[in-house]
Amino acid sequence: MTEQIYTQSELQTQEQRQTQPPLLEIKSLKKYFPIQKGFFKRVVGHVKAVDDVSFYVNEGETLGLVGESGCGKTTTGRCILKAITPSSGEVWFDDPAMGRVNVSTLEHEQLVQVRRNMRMIFQDPYASLNPRMTLLDIVGAPLRAMNLAHGKEVEDRVAEMLRLVGLRPEYMRRYPHAFSGGQRQRIGLARALAPNPKFLVCDEPVSALDVSVQAQILNLLQELQEQMGLTYLFVAHDLSVVAHISERVAVMYVGKMVEMATTHELFLSPKHPYTEALMSAIPRPDPTPREKRILLTGEVANPANPPSGCYFHPRCRYVKDICKTEEPTFEEISPGHFVKCHRAAELNLSGVRNLA
Amino acid sequence: MSADHVLAEIKNLRTYFHLAEGVVRAVDGVDLTIKPGRTLGIVGESGCGKSITALSLMQLVPSPGKIEAGQINYYRTVHKTESSATADVVEITKLKPDSREMRAIRGNQISMVFQEPMAAMLPVRTVGAQIMEAITLHQQVSKAEARDRAIDILSRVKLPNADRIVDTYPFQLSGGMRQRAVIAMALSCNPNLLIADEPTTALDVTTEAQILQLMRDLQQEFDMAIMYITHNLGVIAEMADEVAVMYMGKVVEQTDIRSLFFKPLHPYTQALLRSIPQLDDVMARAGQKKRLETIKGMVPDPYSILPGCSFHPRCPQYMEGVCNQVTPEVVEVEPDHIVRCHLYTAPATRAPAAAHTAKDTTL
Repeated sequence: MTEQIYTQSELQTQEQRQTQPPLLEIKSLKKYFPIQKGFFKRVVGHVKAVDDVSFYVNEGETLGLVGESGCGKTTTGRCILKAITPSSGEVWFDDPAMGRVNVSTLEHEQLVQVRRNMRMIFQDPYASLNPRMTLLDIVGAPLRAMNLAHGKEVEDRVAEMLRLVGLRPEYMRRYPHAFSGGQRQRIGLARALAPNPKFLVCDEPVSALDVSVQAQILNLLQELQEQMGLTYLFVAHDLSVVAHISERVAVMYVGKMVEMATTHELFLSPKHPYTEALMSAIPRPDPTPREKRILLTGEVANPANPPSGCYFHPRCRYVKDICKTEEPTFEEISPGHFVKCHRAAELNLSGVRNLA
Repeated sequence: MSADHVLAEIKNLRTYFHLAEGVVRAVDGVDLTIKPGRTLGIVGESGCGKSITALSLMQLVPSPGKIEAGQINYYRTVHKTESSATADVVEITKLKPDSREMRAIRGNQISMVFQEPMAAMLPVRTVGAQIMEAITLHQQVSKAEARDRAIDILSRVKLPNADRIVDTYPFQLSGGMRQRAVIAMALSCNPNLLIADEPTTALDVTTEAQILQLMRDLQQEFDMAIMYITHNLGVIAEMADEVAVMYMGKVVEQTDIRSLFFKPLHPYTQALLRSIPQLDDVMARAGQKKRLETIKGMVPDPYSILPGCSFHPRCPQYMEGVCNQVTPEVVEVEPDHIVRCHLYTAPATRAPAAAHTAKDTTL
């Protein structure tokens, strides 16, 4: 039965891609940070934080972006909004007012325009809110900056936003210190949603929260998505959370995207050895003994001095000679399933096991 | 339970923080038993008192916190000679934090691994120097011998090139390697009890899996007990033999790992287990979306003293007139499965206590 539904959802994705272009399309995005040395700040190398990443996000869906710390997932999220300027690459966004635009080339005024529709929420609810601003100032800031509302209108809109995220509008005059982590995350969400955007980059929105509060915020994100037709890029490292909320998932390793597929397919039949190791490492709330884990040996490669060929080859269990010299390409091996591995077609990898 | 199967027992421990805003009852009557060679998991949300319980055990409660009441008995016997059991009981709560006797236990027989490996090490001294310090402090060995031991312990936590790592500084190591070095430091004196306070929370999943495997292997090798503190139920499922669930300074449920996951009794435990996304469930739904079950409200602020059961404002099975008035006592529902909830107390025990708890509520 599951087999059937799964093919259906796969067909849907396929259909969607043919009928309408994705809301967001990233083409060979790169972000290199220079390493400077000495008095004259001589550039001696580059940290390749994001290195030739391409993917798309369809309207109304949630794309999960996972990977280890330092793999470039946050940098990717920030480059999409041009919060930091990418070194090269294209970020095509379907803006309701301006049409299809390449965000990475926009100048200040247009950028303000496009950021009405693409916004961001952050990981740390303590660091991302200014402690000297009231909720009215915080949530109202984007409205004022974008000239969307004035005077009393701002107040009305802020009240509406607070109600939407489950906070009482009477709290408008209070400061962030009066709120708990979960409530602060709601404030951040209200600020992001104030200009009525289409697309949200959620950068680890629940990883700083307690289990019971995490569930509340995840539910809120899903409710708002249905209500407002939002599209999410959900950056996180907790794979159970990502599986729960995403339609599709993309996996990054040392600045490269190694695999992208529907959640179901990626978790049950991964095609990249790194994804397989990730799946095996997920701590599962089930004390029944499991099969032996795949434990990766060695350390994550250094993005300033990555290994030759496939970046994953020094830790890969299935390494062959070609992996050490030639970099594999990011290819679509079945409809909607992209993978960057020389041996993707021949390997038979296992996904999350012990399924009930 | 006879004493020779106990390594440490905590009885009615109360650790309070007296602050200008009021008294925070971080640990409010906790009973726990740690058995040699076994892993006791402690789960709970932030602020439930799990870390303070561990710090009380080490006599490391930060000021202005104070152990107000209760007993912590530590059985100092070498657990390899099972014949001599009760010979050497130390009552940790009676020792001064900076006394010679306490310092001989701390870091030697009971040691601790913290969440943030960078904060647990001094950035200006080499990894080896810091491990050697612990060894020379507790054992009569020469410097050269201490260095050999440091290298040995570093290789036992599976750090490659231990003889090179011994001379590196903490910042030169990655997060996972640093946590291995911290574990090596904690194990350098062959402790009987290792307290691990969220040791993998700052690490990535693949590194986390490595560290968890390492800790399980080392537990066998060193035959030590582990007190494992975390908020992650997935990690607990893999590590613990027994689990205590804490909420607002109290243990609300304690049982073996299988009963906790398959037969949770306390409404808080049940709600916690339901509020985490389950992979099996996600996969079985095949793309269909679902909402998670949540616990309504949030953890009350730490200064508040709630009458009755502290979970009652959030509890789905709340009983008016009982849960909000009478503090529930511990009930042993099944052998070794205890719970603190009125759903399992006899109705008779609920009423007479009401009079004196009502007095408490006026505070």
